[in-house]
Amino acid sequence: MPFWFELIVSLLLLGGGAFILLGSLGLVRMPDFYTRMHAPTKATTLGMWGLLVGALLLSSWNSGVLSMNQLLIAVFLLLTTPVSTHMLAKGALHHRLEWDKNTQGQEHAKRFMDDQ
Amino acid sequence: MLSWVIPLVFAMLCLAMLMNLWSLHTRSGLPDRVLALDTLYINSSALIILFGLWKSTELYFEAALLIALLGFVSTVAVCKYMLRGDIIE
Amino acid sequence: MRTWLPLPYTSLLLLLVWLLLNQTVAPGHLLLGSVLALTIPLLTMHLRNPQPAIRHPIKALMFLFRVLWDILVANMEVARLMLRPKLKLRPAFVEVPLDITRDFPITVLASTISLTPGTLSADVSADRSRLLLHVLDLEDEAQLIATIKHRYETPLREIFEC
Repeated sequence: MPFWFELIVSLLLLGGGAFILLGSLGLVRMPDFYTRMHAPTKATTLGMWGLLVGALLLSSWNSGVLSMNQLLIAVFLLLTTPVSTHMLAKGALHHRLEWDKNTQGQEHAKRFMDDQ
Repeated sequence: MLSWVIPLVFAMLCLAMLMNLWSLHTRSGLPDRVLALDTLYINSSALIILFGLWKSTELYFEAALLIALLGFVSTVAVCKYMLRGDIIE
Repeated sequence: MRTWLPLPYTSLLLLLVWLLLNQTVAPGHLLLGSVLALTIPLLTMHLRNPQPAIRHPIKALMFLFRVLWDILVANMEVARLMLRPKLKLRPAFVEVPLDITRDFPITVLASTISLTPGTLSADVSADRSRLLLHVLDLEDEAQLIATIKHRYETPLREIFEC
């Protein structure tokens, strides 16, 4: 395997791992539930994409044919992560979960809570 | 190069999963715990894909796909339960 | 055409996923996949709500690439916010009035918003006229709403013509 190819794959894998780690770090660090949701949706999705593209390149190289099935997981995640986060946020609003004290525009959220 | 990159990424993913477990354990309230579990299943499917790369086999890919599928369905089911107090109406 | 191929895009997608899952373009799998791709939509089409079709595939593709690019930028943004030693966030709830009315375009818009810079869709009002967003670090509410409308909603309206 040539060095440049190994470098690309390594960078993709490392970047993916770093973003997944960042997503989990956000889960630990953020002050309230609504801010906490941001980290796993965005960072983890990008991290998975990096990891899966790296895996795709590496396994294609190893087997000699273009193996595209990792792309299936990537697209699936891209479609489902926003849906599950939206459902979670809706559920949290429904449960009238507390938010951070200095959140702006709380009246918008309250109006939506009363709508349900 | 890959011989040390892959173990390093393994370590990163394990650290991420430990953080998820920590927040699953310490946070109170259903939405927070579901969020932690949601992140945990995505991270575990990442770990399985990486393990497949390490062993250079395609077999683990399907396990990762199944975890992603079932994780999504179960998250949505629990959210539905949170919203309605019932899953099948 | 209507009767034996009711959902052409769904059929194509099913065939593609079948081939990807099996990692092959062997004639046997092509045949089996085609049979499945033809029969599954016939069996399930009555379960669907009718949704507006994609009128401009090229614009849809361009929209997809723009969203993928924005996801990359969004993550740099969130990473920068999260790695500061002292978290300085300005979280906010923002309401966006919606111009698009059908369910599927609204779903696409909400998903796009969730995946892009610092915003997360939290709820849609019962009459589908407003979208509630949670923003991680709000600078200017009016500008954010204008950006969303201009950058994502207008292309979606053009793609679905609704």
